[in-house]
Parts: sequence; C-alpha cells; structure tokens
Amino acid sequence: MASAKRGLSKKAYYSRKVKRAAHLLFFRRHRKPGVKGWELRKKLGADYPKVLKLLDNYLARLDLKVNVVFEEGEQVQEEPIEKMKPEQLDKARFYITLRGDLTPTEAKMMGWRIDDIAGLAITISYIISRKGKVERKEVEKILKEKLPGWRAEANIDRYIRAGYITQDEKGFLYLDWRTKAEINQKTLVDLILGKEASPQSAD
Amino acid sequence: MSKTKTKKLGLEQLQRIIDLCSSVEERGLDPFLVDVDDIIRIVKEFFPFWKKPEELCLDAEAINRLASVIKLQGEWVRHRSTSLYTDPFLLGEKIQKLDNESLVEIFLKVWRPIVELEQISPHSFLEAVKYWSQLLPLEERWRMPEVSEFKAGAVSRSDLIKERFLDEKTFAERLEALWEELKNRVGKDEKMLYWDFIGAETFEETMWRAYFTSFLVTYGYASLEIYPFENKVYIKPNEKPVPLSKKRNVISVPFSISFEEWKKWRQQRGD
Repeated sequence: MASAKRGLSKKAYYSRKVKRAAHLLFFRRHRKPGVKGWELRKKLGADYPKVLKLLDNYLARLDLKVNVVFEEGEQVQEEPIEKMKPEQLDKARFYITLRGDLTPTEAKMMGWRIDDIAGLAITISYIISRKGKVERKEVEKILKEKLPGWRAEANIDRYIRAGYITQDEKGFLYLDWRTKAEINQKTLVDLILGKEASPQSAD
Repeated sequence: MSKTKTKKLGLEQLQRIIDLCSSVEERGLDPFLVDVDDIIRIVKEFFPFWKKPEELCLDAEAINRLASVIKLQGEWVRHRSTSLYTDPFLLGEKIQKLDNESLVEIFLKVWRPIVELEQISPHSFLEAVKYWSQLLPLEERWRMPEVSEFKAGAVSRSDLIKERFLDEKTFAERLEALWEELKNRVGKDEKMLYWDFIGAETFEETMWRAYFTSFLVTYGYASLEIYPFENKVYIKPNEKPVPLSKKRNVISVPFSISFEEWKKWRQQRGD
C-alpha cells in the first residue's frame, strides 16, 4: 500500500489495480489463456488475492467469475481466493469464466453444434470414468454410435486442438488443461448417472 | 528335468511376465489381472539358475515391470476410493441411453467457458507498422552469398612459406639464431638496449623479433635489466640457457610494442 501512503486514496488504488487485473486476465498473453499467480503478484503486488476478490465481485454482476485452477488441475470452489495459501496461489492459474449456465442457443452462437457439445461431454465423462486415460479407438467407437465416422474422428481432433483433451504417441487420450479450467468433472459424471434416459431412447 | 531345460523354461516364463505387465501398463487393462504373488513365486523359483548378465537383466526387467503394475494397482484403489470413481460400464450404458439433447443439457450445466479477448491496441499496431517498415524483403534476407567458382591447384612448400602459413625455420632454430645474433651484437658491455635489439626496418619484423625475444628471456637464453628511473631496459645474453626453475624472483614484464613507439625509435636512430 505504498501508493496509498503517498496520497492515493485506498479506493483509487484498488480501482486502478482491478482495471490492471481485468486487462491481464481478459486479454490472452501466452499460448494458453489465463495468468499464473506469481505473474499476478509481480504485476499487481502482494495483495493481488484481494484485487482478484474485488474483480470477482464486480464480474458477478456480468455473470462472469475469476476461476482458479491449481497445478494438479483441481478446482477449489469452496474456499475464497483471499483465504488460500500464498504459495498455493502462486502456482495456480487464474481465468475469467462464465459464472452461470449457458443456454443451448448461446452455445450454438459460440460456434458449437449440439452434436459437438454432446460428443465433448461423452469424451470427457468416458475419460474420467477410465481414470483419466483411455484408448482413442474406444472413444471413437462410442462417438460413432451416434455420429458419422468421419465426424467422430474430426471432433476428437477438434477437442484436442481446443485443449480439452490431449493424445500421446501411443494413441491414448487424457484430459487437458481446458477441461480442468472449464468443467466441473464430478458434477458432470453425477449428472449423467442421475439423469433418466428419455422414453424413446430407453426403449 | 535337466538344468538346461529348466533354464530355458525359466527364461520363457520371465519373458511372459514382462509381456503381460507391459500390456497391462500400455493398454490400460485392469492391473488386478496380474497375480502378483504367483509372479513373485515364479521369479523366486528360477532366480538361483541365473548366472549370465543377460539372464539377470531379464530377471530385473521382470521385477521392474511388476513394480509398475503394483503401482497401477495402488492408483486404481486410490481412484476407486475417490468421489470421481464411476463404473465405466454403468457410465457407458447411461451415455448410450441418453439422447444428444439431454447430454448437451447436462454438459451446459457444468461448462464454464473461459472468457478471453484478442484485440490489437494502437500501441502494438504502431509497433507492428514500425517493424514492417524496417523489415527487409525476403529477396534480400534469403539472398545466397555470391561465390565464384575456381579451379583447385597444388601449393608448393615455398609458396606456403611465402604466405606465412609455414615457417622456413623451426621455432628452436629461430631462437638459436636470435641468441647468436644477440651475443654478437652486445660487444664488450655484454648488454644492449632492448629496443635496439628488437627494432628492425619494418614494424612487422620488429613485432616478430619482440615475439621471439620474449621466448629468449622465458627460456633463459637472455636476461633483462630494467632501470625504471632512467626508463631504460637492457637485454643481456646468457652464456648457457638458464631454466626458469633455477632462477629466483621470476617476474613477468609486459612490453607495449606499438606502431608509434616503433616510429619514435626510428626517429631517435636518425632514420
């Protein structure tokens, strides 16, 4: 708070910091979106968790939120940012994500066909159920049950390019950074298991 | 069963263990398909027969693969105990029964896409324009260096000496000659000014003489007498080379041989 001491009011100080944080988080600076905690500390100062909290409060009005993804890919939703350990936050990656749900129409406007989103849901939940590692052939087989063959393969490539999944040289698929940042994996699996099948398809 | 046959059977068993563990590891099969106790029993049974390094290596490889499978079993138990564990068959069944609309409905409830913008700022635009205006055309950047073709020929030893790639005399011969010259030139004083000795008609020759003189002194063919107040340095030949190891208080003396100093020396001589 050296600036505040030099005459800048506390409100003006944090207002400037929140603007800077918004610039850092909204505009992509590296190959992957998002900013690492240590980078935020360098640019915003040691009290960056407080700045992020203020930004998060402001973004809530716009149905957006500051999301934290830890190194291991585990999202901590329950604990507020300012209460997390500094060393834990420094290694984490921060993103701006949507706070609420998207409607199918909004998803279409983002350039995703309904089949593509369904395919992504199947791919991710199947990888989760197989302990995070599954043969590409198996996923292709499941997708081909409801999608044309060429489309199933093209979709997997698209999910890889987007960073939702990744593939190793042996042809195994794994969850990638975007899934960890954007999707609540446990809720996804719970919802799929809890959802009743539609009467036509169940028959 | 003969010892050879037992050994052969043991090696086959080890290879089978390695293949089984590898396939579990690589194809993501259930690690509990591997009966660890049984494998350890087999490995133990055949271990006393292994004498050659390659047999012991195969045994170690089997143990290593088995350790990887045990690690996978640990991970499998850990995963099952977490809240993320789901029976893949149950999930597969559910996925097959759900239509695309229902799946999308579920997915949109858990999907929080990242918000990001890509926008150029006036500053970065200006920087880019500046860079572009300074960037040379590809034609110039990728231009190959111009080379002319010439026919290779043979070079004689005399040509190499002339071009100073080779020396006419050996290093030792040059030192001996310079030492003899120094002994002849000092006269009754038994010493002469350093610059008078190294100085020559051309600056290039002076440099060569200074270079060899430094070795004359280092190898003990000559000594230097330095009078700092008079700003004079004398060189004195030794009757026999005195190795440095036999001298006391050996010091290094740097001499600056510049073109200006050489010209000044020539002027002083009245040339």
